[in-house]
Amino acid sequence: MLKELEFPFDNDEIMRSKRKLLRILKEREGGIPLRIAVLGGSTTSDIVKVVELFLRDRGIIPTFYESEYAQYQSDALFGNPELDAFKPEIVFIHTTSRNIEELPEINENPESVNSKAERESARFEAIWKALSERYGCIIIQNNFELPSERLMGNREASSGRIDFISRLNAQIYEYARNHKSFYVNDLNYLAARYGLERWHEERHWHLYKYAMSVSAIPDVAHSVASIICSVMGRNKKVLALDLDNTLWGGVIGDDGISGIEIGSETSEGQSFLALQKYIKRMKDLGILLTVCSKNDMENAIEGLNHPDGALKPSDFVCIKANWDEKWRNLEETARELNLLPESIVFVDDNPAEREIVRAQLPEVTVLDFDSPEECLRVLDGCGLFEVTTLSEDDAKRGEMYRANAQREEQSKRFESYDDFLESLEMRAEIGDFEPIHIPRITQLTNKSNQFNVTTKRYTLAEMEEVAASTDYVRLCGRLTDKFGDNGIVSVVIGKRDNAALHLDLWLMSCRVLKRGMEFAMLNTLVAKCRELGIREIFGYYFPTKKNAMVKDLFAEFGFTKTSEDEGNSVWKLNVEAFDPIDTKIQIGE
Amino acid sequence: MSKEQIMERLTEIFRDVFDDENIEISDSTTADDIEAWDSLEHITLISAVEKAFKMRFTMREVSGMKNVGEMAEIILERGK
Repeated sequence: MLKELEFPFDNDEIMRSKRKLLRILKEREGGIPLRIAVLGGSTTSDIVKVVELFLRDRGIIPTFYESEYAQYQSDALFGNPELDAFKPEIVFIHTTSRNIEELPEINENPESVNSKAERESARFEAIWKALSERYGCIIIQNNFELPSERLMGNREASSGRIDFISRLNAQIYEYARNHKSFYVNDLNYLAARYGLERWHEERHWHLYKYAMSVSAIPDVAHSVASIICSVMGRNKKVLALDLDNTLWGGVIGDDGISGIEIGSETSEGQSFLALQKYIKRMKDLGILLTVCSKNDMENAIEGLNHPDGALKPSDFVCIKANWDEKWRNLEETARELNLLPESIVFVDDNPAEREIVRAQLPEVTVLDFDSPEECLRVLDGCGLFEVTTLSEDDAKRGEMYRANAQREEQSKRFESYDDFLESLEMRAEIGDFEPIHIPRITQLTNKSNQFNVTTKRYTLAEMEEVAASTDYVRLCGRLTDKFGDNGIVSVVIGKRDNAALHLDLWLMSCRVLKRGMEFAMLNTLVAKCRELGIREIFGYYFPTKKNAMVKDLFAEFGFTKTSEDEGNSVWKLNVEAFDPIDTKIQIGE
Repeated sequence: MSKEQIMERLTEIFRDVFDDENIEISDSTTADDIEAWDSLEHITLISAVEKAFKMRFTMREVSGMKNVGEMAEIILERGK
């Protein structure tokens, strides 16, 4: 990541050097293209520019449609040829309290105020409905920030404009809870964090029609970009933590268990405890915790078992406590978890260690902080773990990875790998997309990089379209074994063309590598094709930096290569001639 | 701060904002002389100048400034 864009960033520095930053980011190769329409109720141009910086920094290459000044409502309700042709995948509605059309008057009767609030909410709801019907897009909507003026003073909160704005916001949240693909950008929080007085820079409104101080723009842009990255599956997955002076005060190897600072006895201990508690809650969100510490294993475990600490050894999916270089340990961690180093965020109080990791393993994100309080603030604000949807699988992720470690342990005890697979008592459910699983299928699709032959990405709306269409053959597979449920781990989508099926997507989560799940999926797919009268299946492999592991997947499946062009290859399977491949997986419903 | 020092710092700011290390400015430089200097970048420029010199232009000044010389004069005046 670009230093200038790492949280906490210097807003004025970003605004001043945004041209230079964009030039540097444009030199990078690759990235996921994304079409974003920004419908503004005030000026949006610099917001768009800074959103682009944050997105490019995280591997998304956006193109933008920007509505004419303050045309958010007419663009949304009536569309226009340019916007229609643009086909937005995401629409960001940048409205603020200044766009509220009817505010309550002094001493207005409550019924009349109520109907004003209802009209205003209905106006916005019509906008969201029109957009999602016309474009099937993801919608990001700002809530309303507190205004700069309080004519009545404190009374505004209970029976004035602040009360009115709170009510409108409650309606936005209600809509968000009931609609998938609709996300709230919490402008109200951003304004409060920035400081309301500094946020409402009246000059910038009167001069440029910016609804907030120009200096606050990076805060808004970072927040919107974090939502987009999360929706697009770009979230980080692992928090790799140092121990001494990061999770507790002092050095366990020197100070001993009674000498380290953790717990409510001292102010320093409290600060480390607050951080540990926060990180424990991150774990509950499905973020994988690992240790990366220069320590003897014994000491590391002793420190984590401190009775006053919140984090325990069992909270971590992987503990590296040794004297090797940290970047090597991080590489090893990524390998063991079957994840890429770019999924890791490294947390270490020692600036020298941070610099070495930055230099040796630039894919890893490294956080800068100088105290446990600051560390908590950076974790909280960095947006790298932004939660847009929370699935059951997310909450159980740590459990699944720990079960994986147990499997790994067991596999060493068997004569042959087949014996080991047999012992896992694997069961798979493979079938069409159920509506309830579509969010998880989309999430998995957008974040799978390695076991993914085409790396095609889908928005939730597009995935719903695929699920509803008779033009497609779809499979999703869930794998369970005696150590636990792995959840949905594989997705296949093929487009029908008479007696041929063209595979748009074939992917699998790396946490079930080498289990035979891909063969179970293939067997089911071929059986289904036979039922549907499909005679040939065409597979496509498009190489990326990350998917070399599936270069020969179709060859292993028994497909024959029909063409190859600059690494892109096309493969064909004759359905009739296919013999199911043996697996150790029992297929059930 | 002297006029020369102000012009020197303004040059740095112009180079950053327009991402061009070769920009040279003088009193008579206007938006017409720098290709990227449009009304949108004017906002960035004004904000960057305000932050760098820890001062604020009035709204009248923002819309009324005719060239870099006038900008420097206002900064010089504020610094007194």
